[in-house]
Amino acid sequence: MRPLSEPKDIARLQQRAAEAGLGSISEKVLAGQRLSSDDALALYATPDYLLVGMLANHVRERMHGDLTYFNVNQHINYTNVCNKLCRFCAFQRLPKQEGAYVFTPEQVAQKITEQLGEPVTEVHMVAGIYPKLPYEYYLDILRAVKSARPEIHIKAFTMIELMQIARRAKKPLEEVLPELIEAGLDSCPGGGAEIFADRVQKEGYHLKNTGQQWLDTTRKVHAAGLRSNCTMLHGHIETQAERVDHLVRLRELQDETGGLQCYIPLSFHPANTEWSHLPGPTALDELREIAIGRLMLDNVPHIKAYWIMLSIPVAQLALSFGADDVDGTVVEEKIYHEAGATTPQGVARQEIENWITEAGRIPVERDTLYSVIWSGNEELAPVGSAAPVLG
Amino acid sequence: MIAPSEPRRPHGWQAPRASQGRREYSADLDKLEERVLAGTRISAEEALFLHEHADLLTLGRMADSVRRRLHPDNRVTYIVDRNINPTNVCLTDCGFCAFYRPPGHPEAYVLSRDEIYRKVQETVDLGGQQLLMQGGHHPHLLSDWWCELISDICERFDINCHALSAPEIDHFSVMEKRPLKDVISDLKEAGLGSVPGAGAEILVERVRKLIAPKKTTTDRWLEVHQRVHEAGLRSSATMMYGNLETPADRVEHLIRLRDLQDTTGGFTAFASWNTQPDGVPEEHLYPEKTTPAVYLRVQAISRIVLDNIVNLQTSYVTQGTKLAQVSLHYGANDFGGTMIEENVVSAAGCFNLESIPGLEAQISGAGFSPRQRNSWYGLINPAKDEPTGPTCREEAATHRAAPAGWISPSPSNSL
Repeated sequence: MRPLSEPKDIARLQQRAAEAGLGSISEKVLAGQRLSSDDALALYATPDYLLVGMLANHVRERMHGDLTYFNVNQHINYTNVCNKLCRFCAFQRLPKQEGAYVFTPEQVAQKITEQLGEPVTEVHMVAGIYPKLPYEYYLDILRAVKSARPEIHIKAFTMIELMQIARRAKKPLEEVLPELIEAGLDSCPGGGAEIFADRVQKEGYHLKNTGQQWLDTTRKVHAAGLRSNCTMLHGHIETQAERVDHLVRLRELQDETGGLQCYIPLSFHPANTEWSHLPGPTALDELREIAIGRLMLDNVPHIKAYWIMLSIPVAQLALSFGADDVDGTVVEEKIYHEAGATTPQGVARQEIENWITEAGRIPVERDTLYSVIWSGNEELAPVGSAAPVLG
Repeated sequence: MIAPSEPRRPHGWQAPRASQGRREYSADLDKLEERVLAGTRISAEEALFLHEHADLLTLGRMADSVRRRLHPDNRVTYIVDRNINPTNVCLTDCGFCAFYRPPGHPEAYVLSRDEIYRKVQETVDLGGQQLLMQGGHHPHLLSDWWCELISDICERFDINCHALSAPEIDHFSVMEKRPLKDVISDLKEAGLGSVPGAGAEILVERVRKLIAPKKTTTDRWLEVHQRVHEAGLRSSATMMYGNLETPADRVEHLIRLRDLQDTTGGFTAFASWNTQPDGVPEEHLYPEKTTPAVYLRVQAISRIVLDNIVNLQTSYVTQGTKLAQVSLHYGANDFGGTMIEENVVSAAGCFNLESIPGLEAQISGAGFSPRQRNSWYGLINPAKDEPTGPTCREEAATHRAAPAGWISPSPSNSL
């Protein structure tokens, strides 16, 4: 472990933590020890947002220094038809409802072809659960992407989609995954984890997978040799204890498999959902969530401030609150924009580099598996190498 | 990827690398933090050092400690007010302004009395405390027109006219060939209750000559505020950064304000925002918009430098509620006003307004107790044992005999 802060700075951090009654947590963080569930609850309870940020920032700088990752990616939401009726979702449509759509494999290929002029390295492909889609469809869209752009990395299918694909294939997922990989699947995204607690699942998305199913499916993904990410949808009906439970279960899974690359706290956006009466999280709630994620998930290398959802100001400030990744340039995001996200879609790469730099960080373009593609500092993060994780 | 419509030239300023800065300058930063914590004033050189080398969290921690010292009560104030721009006619042709129209322009306007009264009535109905009234430098609407407007409003409504700006008052003085003192005295007589800090832009002549050559000079801007304070009125101060200034210019601006405040004590508050260059007349002159991290940097440094200006206002109208909420932990103790309408920065595509419950939710969500205030930072409906602070301009005055029992605000007095 490389000491990044001078002792006096550390002393000040500890003093502030002691004033907030969080002295023992601060000591653990500085010593690189694991935090308990109670520690996480105390971090949720303190009014000293800056302190939580400083603790998370300490860990972030120990692991990544000033390096901050982004990628150049494209989103394809291949259908918005879904039978899960999650109450937090503004994206889903019933099959015959106005606005319902399903892309054919040709249309998927078309979307990829449209971006051939852009240096896109990843396609992020997730969608609703449309039971009529046959197993072959999923293989076909993977093949369609790869035939249109062979070198692109396909990060596709959340756990509920994988469960659905296995159901349609009438085969166990363990047998399906190699076939998906053969067709072009390279890794899996982390969405759809929501909140693991059964109470919340029953009340908010009872037709969707349970928390346990999400974890079991992710375990199978990792066993098949794929990397994936993880998320938590916060700011709706869940309690702080349920958030802590969620984080601890993610941490346990990661201890077991080591396959999670990145944790992304997702903010509930209430507009156009069944929960539109809820206020949704404020900016400080979002920053605290980033920070607690960094502090609790000591075994997950990266914490992402997904700017599409957070807005640029919050994503930029999150770089001082524990985040070391901001996601990508994102062409055509639909899910959060149906729920009222107002971020400009497709932010020019120059703009992302600019706001990372003005936050006092070093922009680094990565691919999906965190290899360096372009570096704002060749010495610290050489192009072609794996993103260095230090402490 | 969608490219920005017109690539702007960059600022040419490099933010200090956060962890590197903290390591390399640790000893100096620590000494400065020690002094800020102890409440010792820092110099211009030291402020510039912070601007150039401190990371955002360290600045936040220092600014937050100043805010805690000045406002130990954990309150964050805001005001129910309305913005009214009686005219958009202006002679100064500032290239960063998308709001004004030159005289005779087809889109030039002067609001009718009835329209103004309707707007005031709506504000009063909402429990409004303040009218923020500013216009352009109209060639014919001078102090007599404004005095009449203000006294007409004061006759009809119980609301404070927080009106004009140093450049407008200077404009009256120049056009009417009368000393500032007389102009201000007439406006006060008519009922003017306080003066906003607008038109400061950057209080450095080199910069003003480039961005606002026809507008009031730095010295004159400061002189108007001094005369305003001496007349027994309070005013606020502002800074519009992110145009053609350097970090040293930003610091110089703050020091000029601090020096005047040492003399008069008449500034109630300070607020800053970044230049909004989209669609302004001289768009080509301006670099790309600064990012939120720079807003927090400038705000935190302002809080640290302006140790004698009690209140620091965040600008949610220009920065959005998300950033404004976070800024409460970077030195701000006031959320600004409800405004109801905004015409100036919104002409440059920048517009965020929030309802009263919305503002309160942001403040409570940040861990503070939201309180409505008046123009002089006195509390509306204070709790039983809370100090109210001034309730009118006479109680707030720093340069007039105060009513018995009222302790005149001094830099060390937190309300």
